[in-house]
Amino acid sequence: MAAKKGFNIFAHELVPEHRILSEEEKEELLKKYKIKISQLPQIKAKDPAVQALGAKPGDIIEIKRKSPTAGVYYYYRIVVED
Amino acid sequence: MREMQSIKKVIGSIEFGILSPQEIRKMSAAEITVPDTYDDDGYPIEGGLMDKRLGVIDPGLRCETCGARYGECPGHFGHIELARPVIHVGFAKTIYRILESTCRECGRIKLTEEEIKDYMKKLELVGDRKKARDKLIREIHKKAKERMVCPHCGAPQFPLKFERPTIYWEVRKDELGNEYRHRMMPTEIRDRLERIPDRDLPLLGLHPEKSRPEWMVLTVLPVPPVTVRPSITLESGIRAEDDLTHKLVDILRINNRLKTNIEAGAPQLIIEDLWDLLQYHVTTYINNETSGVPPAKHKSGRPLKTLAQRLKGKEGRFRGNLSGKRVNFSARTVISPDPMISINEVGVPLAIAMELTVPEKVTEFNIEKLREMVLNGPEKYPGANYVIDPQGRRIKLMESNKEKMADMLDIGWTVERHLLDGDIVLFNRQPSLHRMSIMAHRVRVMPYKTFRLNLAVCPPYNADFDGDEMNLHVPQTEEAQAEARILMEVQNHIISPRYGGPIIGGIQDHISGGYLLTREGAYFTRSEVEQMLMFAGVDIDKLPEPDKVENGVEYWSGKTIFSLLLPEGLTIWYRNKLCDDPSKCEPLEKLIEEKLLPDPEEVKKLAYDGFVYIQNGKLLSGAIDKKAYGREDGKILDIIVREYGVERARQFLDQVTKLAIWVITHKGFTTAIDDEDLPEEAMDRIKEIIREAEERVNRLIEAYKAGELEPLPGKTLEETLESKIMAVLAEARDNAGKVAEQYLGMNNFAVIMAKTGARGKILNITQMAALLGQQSIRGKRLHRGYRGRVLSHFKPGDLGARARGFIVNSYKSGLTPQEYFFHAMGGREGLVDTAVRTAQSGYMQRRLINALQDLKVDYDGTVRDPTGIIVQFRYGEDGVDPMKSWQGKTVDVERVIVRSLLKLRAKR
Repeated sequence: MAAKKGFNIFAHELVPEHRILSEEEKEELLKKYKIKISQLPQIKAKDPAVQALGAKPGDIIEIKRKSPTAGVYYYYRIVVED
Repeated sequence: MREMQSIKKVIGSIEFGILSPQEIRKMSAAEITVPDTYDDDGYPIEGGLMDKRLGVIDPGLRCETCGARYGECPGHFGHIELARPVIHVGFAKTIYRILESTCRECGRIKLTEEEIKDYMKKLELVGDRKKARDKLIREIHKKAKERMVCPHCGAPQFPLKFERPTIYWEVRKDELGNEYRHRMMPTEIRDRLERIPDRDLPLLGLHPEKSRPEWMVLTVLPVPPVTVRPSITLESGIRAEDDLTHKLVDILRINNRLKTNIEAGAPQLIIEDLWDLLQYHVTTYINNETSGVPPAKHKSGRPLKTLAQRLKGKEGRFRGNLSGKRVNFSARTVISPDPMISINEVGVPLAIAMELTVPEKVTEFNIEKLREMVLNGPEKYPGANYVIDPQGRRIKLMESNKEKMADMLDIGWTVERHLLDGDIVLFNRQPSLHRMSIMAHRVRVMPYKTFRLNLAVCPPYNADFDGDEMNLHVPQTEEAQAEARILMEVQNHIISPRYGGPIIGGIQDHISGGYLLTREGAYFTRSEVEQMLMFAGVDIDKLPEPDKVENGVEYWSGKTIFSLLLPEGLTIWYRNKLCDDPSKCEPLEKLIEEKLLPDPEEVKKLAYDGFVYIQNGKLLSGAIDKKAYGREDGKILDIIVREYGVERARQFLDQVTKLAIWVITHKGFTTAIDDEDLPEEAMDRIKEIIREAEERVNRLIEAYKAGELEPLPGKTLEETLESKIMAVLAEARDNAGKVAEQYLGMNNFAVIMAKTGARGKILNITQMAALLGQQSIRGKRLHRGYRGRVLSHFKPGDLGARARGFIVNSYKSGLTPQEYFFHAMGGREGLVDTAVRTAQSGYMQRRLINALQDLKVDYDGTVRDPTGIIVQFRYGEDGVDPMKSWQGKTVDVERVIVRSLLKLRAKR
């Protein structure tokens, strides 16, 4: 599960910041958009960024992307099994 | 004729499921038992397929279920009780899958309790995502089918074989271990399916209440209403029944025979034969193109069109009648230009205006007008074609009844009157690739037979007048008309959502004319000015002071006239396309930066055609070119739309295009072969450039042959040579072009068009006047043809410029036969490219639209699909409507600052 030795993908300039949401943040997110877990965009557990983070299926990942139109743009994805 | 009594309800939701036998019986108005339609007198037989309880299609008869007559009764379902159950072909595969996944004894799904719990959880997580769900269901099936012992009751399982279309075998073993095949009849299958408990159904992909698996085996067959399968009476008086009716007759006949045989205790073999026959008829009744089943044929040999055939394909119910349908109140004809109508108008031929109608309610305010129109009748414009009385009866107006109807007309009636000037209509040209392909226009009724449209709206429709046809639709309700007016009118689409700039604007002569009007030194006399302003429809009381008086004659500059069209208070500056000498723009730019609103006289002294400066609605410097009000980069137009509104922009565009047209027609504008005349001296210089280039190419080739050429990084020696030769030749053409440009000035019409952006590029002029240059295929010099050479006129292995498609002649001087062939080769590539590109991009567009069509922006700013799955948490990441954006950016900060400064200055 852990990242391969000596290489941190998050250090790469093209990989945006990833973060696992806490339980409270999860609640808040679902409440904010009035959605069920199944209505979130998904990301597979085998995704390199997810593996590097050590996130498990059911976790929600926050991705902080640089956007040409909005500056910073947050995207949320639910980790699912492959 | 009375309108159909319709029950007005709103569809809240739609659910799909399988009809249960109980439901079929419940919705049935009659059980059908007689395999016949009409008796000898042509009267529907009771219990037959045309039973009056299923609705009526004969005028004069009354439906026995609802009591309504033909045309009012919507029809009612009946049912057939099948003597033995049969498989529904549409579910044959599903049945196979379910049988394989479940225990043959206890009916439970062949998974352990833990597995069931696990999969249930996964199913919940997957939610409405169809692809993921299908995958999961497939996985469950695979796992369950491999269990050869039931984990619940321990019963041994047998593998199943499915034979298309509806036969199922169980591969059993006898006591000795010999395999034998047991045919499972639908009764047995149904028994098994019945045993499956509700709680296992979600894992099989079924909803326990809406689709029990045993309902996939039919015991009762619904009979569609007569109105769905009407019989046609031919002229000869013979009735021809619908294909569905024919098929139902077949089913009933076999069903009855099977029933009597069973009752008579016939041998099992005969019963099974008849059973299979019943199965065949029900199968073809549902889908006559089932693979492995010979299609049921009509007497003439034509295959019958049964249920599935009615729905499938381009002309089927979905694509042909629901996604797309034929409409009334529409017209189509050839289009032609009319520069005198506004951009939001459309010229409608009189003949069309008298055919298309708008329903108008009679009120005390319009009763006189409408009475007049009714009195005119359908044949005199402006008239009316129908009146609708307060009871909703639609009465056709004719010469014979128009006086009577005009008399009866009162408040509460509705008149379907002819199209009038100012009515709102939708105008469309295929292919409808973007929202600007359908826009709302106002009607202008005109003589002759073509639709007329303003030239400025050609680009959004991508229309020209080489025979194009366009469609017109008349919205019939006030709501639709208001919606079209508010959302769809042409001026609302001047700014394209594609790049946040104008897509509608002046084209071609509008630009050239604007330049002729506003360039330095363009002056007009009083009579000219009065005429052009009148022509453009500019309404002013008094002309401004003349710009100069010579020999007692007053002159106005084109800039002054142009300024009359600009909104008051407009201040803007930019470098335009004509600016080829930045040093002439810089002093002006500096002046503006220092003073913001410098003294007009000061500006006029520095005035340069390449730098536009408009101060408070007065054009002080610069000529008008494509950057002013042309499509795609019209700065002035852009600003007017955003700061003065779309209506003002429409007015500006209407006036400015007409003004430009007046100028260009009265000044005279043409281009001929002498526009490409170059003096002897220029031709000599061009020839010298070509000679030098060819020499350099030859030297390169020699160096290559001598092995002295150094390869460029990442390229072979040959590639290096090619790229070097191409660079030399490209440079030669550019230099020749520059020479030509030097000798052709702004008094040359072709140059005016190219430089202002009205039409063509400088390159086109170069190709006409100086030389064509290198012809290429896929970015390479021409090289295919004969072995080692392109044409047999050259020596094999000749790598020289002329042997590989470099054309030293111009269109004007004329091409040699070899050059002509090279040119054709290059030209052919262009043609193939466009053909391939349109086909590919069309397909890509179709796929994209299919994938994206149901996405919408919700009120919380998220982009979601219809099931609520989020695609973007904020539309476009910034939530900005590109149509309201500044060239794609949220705000134009610079312009905001300038405007604030201007406002401050105005207060002082």
